[in-house]
Amino acid sequence: MSMEQLKYNLPSKIQQTNRDAVLVGVTASGNCEVLLEKGEDTAHCSVDIQTSARGFGQIWQAVLNDFAERKNAGGLKIEIHDVGATPAVVSLRLDQAIEAWENQHGQ
Amino acid sequence: MSMTNTAWRQGQQSKAARLGRASHLVGGNSGKVVKAEQTVALLESVIQPGDRVCLEGNNQKQADFLAQCLAKVNPQQVHDLHLLQSVVALPEHTALFDKGIAKEIDFSFSGPQGARLANLVAAGKIKINAIHTYLELFGRYFVDLTPNVALIAAEAADAQGNLYTGPNTEDTPAIVEAAAFKNGIVIVQVNEIRDTLPRVDVPADWVDFVIHAPRPNYIEPLFTRDPAQISEIQVLMAMMVIKGIYAEYGVKRLNHGIGFDTAAIELLLPTYGEQLGLKGKICTNWALNPHPALIPAIEAGFVQSVHSFGSELGMEKYIAARPDVFFTGNDGSMRSNRAFCQAAGHYACDLFIGSTLQIDTYGNSSTATKGRIAGFGGAPNMGADARGRRHESEAWVKAGREAQANPKHMPRGRKLVVQMVETFREHMAPAFVERLDAWDLADSMGLNNPPVMIFGDDVTHIVTEEGIANLLLCRSEEEREQAIRGVAGYTEVGMARDKKKVEELRARGVIKRAEDLGIARRDATRDLLAAKTVKDLVRASGGLYNPPSRFRNW
Amino acid sequence: MANSFLEASARERVQAVCDEGSFQEILKPSDRISSPHMALLEQPVAFDDGVVIGRATLGGAPVLVAAQEGEFLGGAIGEVHGAKMTALIAKAVKEKPRAVLLIFESGGVRLHEANAGLIAVSEIMRAVCAARAQGIQFIGLIGGAAGCFGGTGLIARCCDVLIMSEEGRLAMSGPEVIETVYGVEEFDSRDRALVWRVSGGKHRYVMGDIQALVADEVNAFRNAALAALDSGKVGFDLENLETEHAMLTQRLKQFGDCRDAKEIWQRLGLPSAEELALMPADEFVRATSVARDVARGAQ
Repeated sequence: MSMEQLKYNLPSKIQQTNRDAVLVGVTASGNCEVLLEKGEDTAHCSVDIQTSARGFGQIWQAVLNDFAERKNAGGLKIEIHDVGATPAVVSLRLDQAIEAWENQHGQ
Repeated sequence: MSMTNTAWRQGQQSKAARLGRASHLVGGNSGKVVKAEQTVALLESVIQPGDRVCLEGNNQKQADFLAQCLAKVNPQQVHDLHLLQSVVALPEHTALFDKGIAKEIDFSFSGPQGARLANLVAAGKIKINAIHTYLELFGRYFVDLTPNVALIAAEAADAQGNLYTGPNTEDTPAIVEAAAFKNGIVIVQVNEIRDTLPRVDVPADWVDFVIHAPRPNYIEPLFTRDPAQISEIQVLMAMMVIKGIYAEYGVKRLNHGIGFDTAAIELLLPTYGEQLGLKGKICTNWALNPHPALIPAIEAGFVQSVHSFGSELGMEKYIAARPDVFFTGNDGSMRSNRAFCQAAGHYACDLFIGSTLQIDTYGNSSTATKGRIAGFGGAPNMGADARGRRHESEAWVKAGREAQANPKHMPRGRKLVVQMVETFREHMAPAFVERLDAWDLADSMGLNNPPVMIFGDDVTHIVTEEGIANLLLCRSEEEREQAIRGVAGYTEVGMARDKKKVEELRARGVIKRAEDLGIARRDATRDLLAAKTVKDLVRASGGLYNPPSRFRNW
Repeated sequence: MANSFLEASARERVQAVCDEGSFQEILKPSDRISSPHMALLEQPVAFDDGVVIGRATLGGAPVLVAAQEGEFLGGAIGEVHGAKMTALIAKAVKEKPRAVLLIFESGGVRLHEANAGLIAVSEIMRAVCAARAQGIQFIGLIGGAAGCFGGTGLIARCCDVLIMSEEGRLAMSGPEVIETVYGVEEFDSRDRALVWRVSGGKHRYVMGDIQALVADEVNAFRNAALAALDSGKVGFDLENLETEHAMLTQRLKQFGDCRDAKEIWQRLGLPSAEELALMPADEFVRATSVARDVARGAQ
């Protein structure tokens, strides 16, 4: 089984960046872990994905587009280890990550 | 003296001849008892080639010993049988076709034997006449599919041949009535022969032969769902159903199709349902098998009555201790009755909710997949508008009003038929498709029309993790299609949505997202479940629920 | 946050057991210290290689803590995972915390990493012993779905205090392994009731292999850990070793011919297996205290 590597760069409204990195989820079947860190470009959210479920690039694009639109993710960098999580689970993890990011002390 | 015109008594004569051929095999006080080891000989004596034989393969209870014996008859003597069966469940059932003992079948559902059935069809060894929903099949037992021989299972017989069928009475009354009153032969396998029965479920004169089987009849636990497997997404969907549908329409009388989604609803009643102040206002009366997942809701006082299609292994003591809720006899044990419960589910319930494998853009759904012939079971009966219904209820009238496009048309009520499904299933298989696999299966199953479980024009709501689509409020086929696409998530069907139209539908309340219902995703956790493990269910029942070993780690 | 210890992730358990907000992770996920072996095998990796380590306080006292994530490869120990634990324990010798908290959930050695995993297990055991020899208390918590098996089971029994829930399991050989080697007649690994009877928290408590049995609640684990901390018990000396050996000798003498935990409980005059199974933890502890002393040879 080889993994598929996917890369996306999504325009998004700017987010606070003086936060510690956040990790949500677990690398397990039907699940994914999402690491959220400070990124380079304040107008974009960069997303790197390593997934065992090959061939779903279009769906990832759609999921991430919607995420970048509903949340402020500009200036952030996201890395995901995915083991076949459904879009519902991925969206949930992304939202959980942003929430944890925003709720850190100092917000 | 009236003419004993033999042309009008052929059934009676045939029966007399069959009984005569078996007379050397019977014994006991009743003159009906046949020794287990003589069962094959009995079947060879009373069954004739081409007979319509109803073999009790219920959803749960199986006349498994009789099935095994039937599979051992000499095919030279007994062949070309026409099988009538609710459920094709056991390998012995399909073996009958391999061996040429049976050649055609009318049935309703096949679980584990679905693949075998498909193979038999492909090999030309079986002719499937029709696949039915249960009540339909029972109805035909009284019209054009009356059994010549009924092979049934019961808990116990007494010396006269009266039968006790107990909690798992299931389909037996429908089968026996049809056979016994049209000169059919009724053969029963019992777990024991007793002096007295707790109660009489089948009177002795409806029974011809009684066999004390070597092992108790097999019963499949089908309606037990381990709460540990319920996901957060299922909790979210359950919250939407409770708030967005049950509370909204005031649904008191309902049926749940079995699944983890509906188990989540059952387990959320005492917690989320209670929080919303819904006790006594929703989910009071059920046509439902005794789901262990319903125990907390019963204990919390949500449930007033439950009538069941069958029983559920492990629930016997709990049911017997709650006679205010379940339908129990004077003896204290439950009596299920699939035929009556199906009638109740069709006419006396305001809502059906269930899951499925595939839904198309019209709302048609099917569980038919390539390589398997699974059938329908009871869902089409519950999941259909009851057009003959006349009595009114709050939910029925409200749904009918929502559906009424033209005020000049005669108003009528409408049953709520809800499909609840995650947009993607295991291995990222989409639940929403442009074209159901069912279209391609019609041919291989010998059908004119694709095998649809629930028709789109019966469906009133579709619930996914993306929200609820209320099809009653759609005023055109196009709106309906967009409403469905609007909750189909990131499947191809969902991604092909007209975003602007979907926004309009949302603004009109045709589509409701979780946020629109005031439900926060972060609240949708497993902590909301009234029981998170099977052991929790046992504790909730005060130790009365006794789960089968496959659900226990003790 | 989830109340159930079983359902909580490793990170959630650390947050719930330690004093609120006190946990400071060492080697954060963003450091990306993950398994080079899994990457080479083109298998999914975890940013933290399935174990989270760091400093925290427990009841105000400084502790070091490690928690294994049972959902990542069954919590199995690979090279990096193991090295994190070994390094944490080595740190304990330097920093001298009140205790080291080890939240176990692991099937043992990560087969993908073979010898690296095996070596890691023995290095962890050696580190635990070295630290205990310096008087540092080791408190182990076991209550996850994957149980604590294989090499991790061995590590766990090197702790001073073990706290389990009835959902947790502790053993060396896993059920499937026993069945494969000795046959299904000897041990049917699909008989879940048997598996929990033999390796579950309740039986381990009766046998004296663990010191506390608690409900499946993060609070209950926290309270038991606090109580263990208070006792300050470090039993790493010759006297303790000899007591343990005596206990094992007694066990063999009393129950060596028993084929199932049920027989052991019967011999100890305990209620039926069914009754014991349904007892909540505190009731079980009360009901078995005398039998437990007998089993341990303490009576």
